[in-house]
Amino acid sequence: MARAISTRRKTVTTVVAWLVALIIFFPILYTIITSFKTEPEAIAGISLIPSGTFENYIEVQAQRDYFRPFLNSVVISLGSTLIALLISVPAAWSMAFSPARRTKDILMWMLSTKMMPAVGVLVPMYLIFRDTGLLDTRTGLTIVLTLVNLPIVVWMLYTYFREIPGEILEAARMDGASTLKEIVYVLTPMAVPGIASTMLLNIILAWNESFWTIRLSAANAAPLTAFIASFSSPQGLFWAKLSAASTLAIAPILIMGWFSQKQLVRGLTFGAVK
Amino acid sequence: MATRQTRSLARLMLAPSVVLLLIWMIVPLAMTLWYSFQNYNLLNPVMRSFAGFDNYRYFYTDPAFFESIANTLAIVVGVLLITVIGGILLALLLDQPIFGQGIVRILVISPFFVMPPVAALIWKNMIMHPGYGVLADVARSLGLQPVDWFAQYPLLSIVIIVSWQWLPFATLILLTALQSLDEEQKEAAEMDGANFFNRFRYLTLPHLARAITVVILIQTIFLLAVYAEILVTTNGGPGYATTNLAFLIYRTALLSYDIGGASAGGVIAVVLANIVAIFLMRAVGRNLER
Repeated sequence: MARAISTRRKTVTTVVAWLVALIIFFPILYTIITSFKTEPEAIAGISLIPSGTFENYIEVQAQRDYFRPFLNSVVISLGSTLIALLISVPAAWSMAFSPARRTKDILMWMLSTKMMPAVGVLVPMYLIFRDTGLLDTRTGLTIVLTLVNLPIVVWMLYTYFREIPGEILEAARMDGASTLKEIVYVLTPMAVPGIASTMLLNIILAWNESFWTIRLSAANAAPLTAFIASFSSPQGLFWAKLSAASTLAIAPILIMGWFSQKQLVRGLTFGAVK
Repeated sequence: MATRQTRSLARLMLAPSVVLLLIWMIVPLAMTLWYSFQNYNLLNPVMRSFAGFDNYRYFYTDPAFFESIANTLAIVVGVLLITVIGGILLALLLDQPIFGQGIVRILVISPFFVMPPVAALIWKNMIMHPGYGVLADVARSLGLQPVDWFAQYPLLSIVIIVSWQWLPFATLILLTALQSLDEEQKEAAEMDGANFFNRFRYLTLPHLARAITVVILIQTIFLLAVYAEILVTTNGGPGYATTNLAFLIYRTALLSYDIGGASAGGVIAVVLANIVAIFLMRAVGRNLER
């Protein structure tokens, strides 16, 4: 029996929830609004109605070559995600479908590599990158982000693959399917949603990664994280442009994030909370 | 059926991930450990020698070290308190029937998707700026003196910004856990006349215990390593007031070029993180058995 909920109570909760949600969202909303203001407007006190200029977006591109870091972000986050998937899918697959005695230990060990603080290996990574010419290259950043996110990708895929019933495999074998056919025709279609979710979450994580991307890049390969961080020094009079750059930097990920709420919980808790 | 052939195929499929992670884990870490026992400064790279425990002693006797440890702990504990308590309250609120629930949820989780430099700069300039920030405007309209956040309460400012980023994460996970609570149990408790507090204390909270543990442990790992937020707002200052361990290591390595000292700090950071990690691994490992 459903509980009878009075409309009045629902209205009160609604008002409170919306109020809280708007306060939490306010900094983002205000950034978007400010990006459509002129610079003097931006520092003229609170106003939620901008004059609606697109000037800042044009300026950010003209003065700071916005497209370059944007492209770097796209290449690095997509590249590292695809490589991580290529390496992880077979690994997660084999652990989910032919688990061995050690499988659990391997999974736990992989997870433990994620616990290593980045600063702990900042010095050697910086020196290795400097000596191999990987410093400030997209290749270098792609490699680092692949490694950083690999454990999460393996884990997430593993939790998805584990839910595919093994009996289906057996049935296909009975019908005489080869291992290859089994994989292509039987398992792949069932695994695609899990792979897609993993991919989405990993792109978000790679896009926002702000330690290695800032420290191991300079003008050439800097993605948006490093680009925005470079706005930190000068004071005032540039907020509208900063807002425009920020809005562009977070918009794609914000939208992807909205679509991946469920997967986010699963991915970031390593399947511990579903 | 599960022949030797499939077995070895499985191993082959697993190998690339294992080998890569093994290299990624061992090589840089071994190098950090090695450098931590060396006198090695990038400004004078020829003068390299064995240092014994000098780097550790230097790091340990540096007053900035203890300040940075204290700051690290303050950030972790402060943010955890705000996000866990706030997250529980928000999750309870969002679990109620609301008009436009989907949109409210989207608004609440959004800060989590904002990259750290953007989050920090928005707060620094548009919200907390003593002259033109929104908070200053509000203070003035109430006839109060605006607060110069980063000068007066630098560490608290960092805690607020980082909490804003992580509150959505805690809320989302706790809400997910809350929604798996058996509706019938809730109703039964209500029928038995348990009031809201008792239902929360004896039914909801125990149910959430596991999710809360996970939130605390995962956040701790990320909070120990807060970096970009400090870099773009206070740059560790004033003095060392907002320098956490991660930031101190960065300063030592890339601003003082002291490879040995920074490596010793790195080893300390790894040890600290591992203590936390052990607890996390246990919590996650238990779930694997199911």
